[in-house]
Amino acid sequence: MAHDSAHHGSATKRIWTVFGILSIVTIIEVALGIVRPGFLIETDFLRMHLLNWIFIILTLYKAYLITWAFMHMEHETKGLRRSVVWTGIFLVCYLIFILLTEGDYIFDVYKEGYVAWDF
Amino acid sequence: MNATAVKTGTEGKVWGGGDEQPLKASYGKLMMWFFILSDALTFSGFLAAYGFSRFKFINTWPIADEVFTHFPFLHGVDAPMYYVALMTFILIFSSVTMVLAVDAGHQMKKNKVIWYMFFTIIGGVVFVGSQAWEWANFISGEYGAVETKGGKIIQFVNAEGEQVAIESFAVDLPSDRTRLTKSEALWYQSESSLPEYELAEVIEGFKANPDLLVRTQLIAENGQKTILSREESLAKLENDGKQVVEGANLVHNEYGPPLFADFFFFITGFHGFHVFSGVIINIIIFINVILGTYERRGSYEMVEKVGLYWHFVDLVWVFVFTFFYLV
Repeated sequence: MAHDSAHHGSATKRIWTVFGILSIVTIIEVALGIVRPGFLIETDFLRMHLLNWIFIILTLYKAYLITWAFMHMEHETKGLRRSVVWTGIFLVCYLIFILLTEGDYIFDVYKEGYVAWDF
Repeated sequence: MNATAVKTGTEGKVWGGGDEQPLKASYGKLMMWFFILSDALTFSGFLAAYGFSRFKFINTWPIADEVFTHFPFLHGVDAPMYYVALMTFILIFSSVTMVLAVDAGHQMKKNKVIWYMFFTIIGGVVFVGSQAWEWANFISGEYGAVETKGGKIIQFVNAEGEQVAIESFAVDLPSDRTRLTKSEALWYQSESSLPEYELAEVIEGFKANPDLLVRTQLIAENGQKTILSREESLAKLENDGKQVVEGANLVHNEYGPPLFADFFFFITGFHGFHVFSGVIINIIIFINVILGTYERRGSYEMVEKVGLYWHFVDLVWVFVFTFFYLV
């Protein structure tokens, strides 16, 4: 890899920086998970607690850092990057959308139906 | 000579074919990315199925903070999530040493590669061990619960709302119930083991302790599980109780819906298997590095490829951590 030699000086620095960010994000996640601030749980956005949105966004940020910095996605060509990332994101979004919609629907059926489940 | 060669008019273009490598990555690395993407979709399938089941039982799902409360050497201390957080750190750190090994490989520094890979392997082994410990705690359970006729779980709390272990209040009644073995059964039936307490013993103990209450699976408005009044508790236990459940397996689960345990075993188990195989592959590459295979080859790309897999394992854990323990 011709372009790799240019990164050598700062490669270790970048690695430790990313590790620092990942650690801080994880600590924030755990702290939020233990404290569970009331206002974040009471506030809903798109039918989900604000707290859960924060968790998911922080997770995606961590995933981005791991893929880009640790898996060297940032040094790969645009074509490789897009064919891996876009394919994954598209299929996962589709899967999540259909399964969660269906799960929510079944919950309503259980709840609104005339069959008792809690006995 | 050239007269017979077919020209496409795209020579020199990135996607023009020939010896050009449009993605500027070796065959091995591309194949590793193929594998990682397909494996990522497998894990997404598991996690999405988990999400499906959770949305289906959204108001009766266990609260992770109340399930995973153990920390080594701190017996009886309520430590929600600290241990998983530690495990996450161990895995992230072993990812860091892995990427440092890859970096040292680029600079052809054999000894550095050896040490960094060594630390990576240690981190992986510690993580797998921690997961085994988590499993052991999850399987053996802590408080015990009663399963109702409808397959729901009811747990026991004291007046302060803290969960109470069945063994602390159940009375000892004389019983002639023995374990059913194949030699005793009429038709090849058998049972693995008897629970320590029978339902009647739990009910008697519950009656004798007036400050005990029953907690159902239902999550109330405030995000906590619903606690019944004393009269409702007694009625629930006597009318609906079916059997005592201690710990969790694929069929019964003292923490809530059996599906929760199923997904726990399946997803963390599948991930743990990935970590395990990653450790094995790391050890193989580690030995090769020591033997000087890649030094002679003039490239440490093999370390890079196994590094990709190792980071992927870390990546998956980031999601498992979020969706199993946090959300």
